[in-house]
Amino acid sequence: MERMWKIVVENWPKLLEGLGVTLEMTMIAVVIGFVIGVILAIARVYGNKLFYGISTAVIEVIRGTPLLVQLFILYYGLPPLGVNLSPFMAAIIGFAINSGCYQAEYLRGSIQSIADNQMKAARSLGMTKRQAILQVIMPQALRRVIPAWTNEFIYLLKYTSLAYIVGAPELMAQAKFIASRNFQFFEVYLVVAIIYLVVVLFFTKLFSMLEKKVEIPGLEWVR
Amino acid sequence: MSENRVVLRVENLKKSFGDKEVLKGVSFDMNEGETKVIIGPSGTGKSTLLSCINMLVTPDEGKIWLEEEEVTSAKNINRIRQEIGFVFQDFGLFNHLTALRNVMVGLTKVKKVEKEKARELAMKELKRVGLEREAKMYPAQLSGGQKQRVGIARALAMQPKIILFDEPTSALDPELIGEVLSVMKNLAESGMTMLVVTHEMGFARTVSDEIIFMEHGHIVEQSAPEEMFKNPKNPRTKEFLFKLNELYGE
Amino acid sequence: MWVTLQITFLTLGLGLVLALPISFGQVYGNKWIKAFIAGYEKVLRSIPELVILFLIFYGFPRIGVRFSPFVAVVLGLGFRSSAYQSQIFRGAINSVSSAQMRAARSLGMTNLKGFINVVLPQAVRIALPPWTNEFTIVLKDSSLAYALGVTELLRQGGYIIATKYEPMLIYLTVAAMYFIVTLIINRGLGSVEKRLAIPGFDVKETVR
Repeated sequence: MERMWKIVVENWPKLLEGLGVTLEMTMIAVVIGFVIGVILAIARVYGNKLFYGISTAVIEVIRGTPLLVQLFILYYGLPPLGVNLSPFMAAIIGFAINSGCYQAEYLRGSIQSIADNQMKAARSLGMTKRQAILQVIMPQALRRVIPAWTNEFIYLLKYTSLAYIVGAPELMAQAKFIASRNFQFFEVYLVVAIIYLVVVLFFTKLFSMLEKKVEIPGLEWVR
Repeated sequence: MSENRVVLRVENLKKSFGDKEVLKGVSFDMNEGETKVIIGPSGTGKSTLLSCINMLVTPDEGKIWLEEEEVTSAKNINRIRQEIGFVFQDFGLFNHLTALRNVMVGLTKVKKVEKEKARELAMKELKRVGLEREAKMYPAQLSGGQKQRVGIARALAMQPKIILFDEPTSALDPELIGEVLSVMKNLAESGMTMLVVTHEMGFARTVSDEIIFMEHGHIVEQSAPEEMFKNPKNPRTKEFLFKLNELYGE
Repeated sequence: MWVTLQITFLTLGLGLVLALPISFGQVYGNKWIKAFIAGYEKVLRSIPELVILFLIFYGFPRIGVRFSPFVAVVLGLGFRSSAYQSQIFRGAINSVSSAQMRAARSLGMTNLKGFINVVLPQAVRIALPPWTNEFTIVLKDSSLAYALGVTELLRQGGYIIATKYEPMLIYLTVAAMYFIVTLIINRGLGSVEKRLAIPGFDVKETVR
């Protein structure tokens, strides 16, 4: 306990810096991923054969391979082809694409869980398909996807720890650096574990508050 | 009432799902201000027929006209749909919008009516169905009967030339059916053109101008309610009405 | 490849063995058991897999237990997976409505009989799709063993690259191998799912 406290006291700037990078990567990736996710989900549910095919293939391939392998492809695979990415950039791109595909699937599930009659009713008023998706389906689908989306955010937050393997200076990388100097591996990682735990709990709470806030009165989602 | 101006003309409509032929050539006319009720056993294509009229389901063959315009060959079906109201069996209210916004959304997003004006129109229609006090409630906070009345108000707000009702009371508890039927009755009396698929024989008998009996994708018989109930010509009609009678009594 | 599959199956097995009692405890246990399990799940689900691996790898030697990176990986991922699998099972058990249990009791079944004959057969079917998903997650997470120096598929790829410098090609091949295995798992368990499907139950059609 004391040793852990000492680690925190002696290294807090490093840990804080690492946490900052971790959060930065998570936020950027989740936002870009969200845009990718919405596009892929709509293409997969409402797209014609071509768009359906493309988005399905992208989603399945990304979801079917480990994130770490994707990072390696971006970081080690691209330079010989003349594309050099910094560890940070490679990680962000990898996370964003990966997260986008997972978000797309959550969103797709959410869209498909919205009753058919909503689309039918919207079209019966003379809405175009586009209007129906934007005005009727998406507002409901986005609300409904929040719990799944929270999970995805947490997953991503945790998976950003992989970025240290390609050398991005996030929390794990800092931990490794600290441990390599004081050789107290276990204590350092325990401190890091607690930091992650606190951050995750914080965001879980935050999102469940958001969920309450946009809740539709009287309507209980069946989860 | 009837000036014999044709609002809707359906001609030889056919539709199959896979190898199941649901509509086998259905034709009829609707004059302005008329209320027609379609009855018949379930699974005989009544709902499909309604969905075909505003092209929510695309017919395989046949033609539909709304006044002078051919619906089946329209380039912009969305414009025509604005003029054909549709009331769903399961209400089809947008869950994320209040009653008022449900009625407004077609006006603001489709007809591009200004928001204040749309609110005014929507309130007028909600009042017409007796729900002005529920305007701020969300669908999930309303009873089934109230939901369906909002559904009717939403259709009305678009100022349609005709409203199609697809079993509007089938999903309701018995004690809630009355409030919806009385709204529909008022509408019919006010001169709205209405095509109603229903099992409510009381409504069919007292409100409609004509009853259409459908079975297996055909119109078997169509006549004024008095005629149909007292003196059905086709044996199938007789049998169906007899069964209904046995079920619900008179 | 072989090591990757070994890690995957051992992890999944360990997770399953731990998850079953955990999920029962969560559904039927008293409040202390429930609270303890909730904490266990929360912690394991909130900490990155890599950190769990490092904690186990560096932590156990402190109490005098030493083991290879391979065992550390299986233990770490196994604990993690148990937290996820138990949630899947708990969700499945809870989603079988209590009316089913009431109906079973009304026929004179005991709680246990009701659970085995009525709740379980339905819960298994409900749990299968998310469990398939967990399977593929474990497969992909086995690549984290890389960080502890276990020579699994990904690291093997790295070794090959060291000899012939073609990282793109090699890593794409590695990715393809993972993808194919994922596909096989999904198809395989998907067909099990179909075979077990209850006719007329949960048929949902979507208009696109």
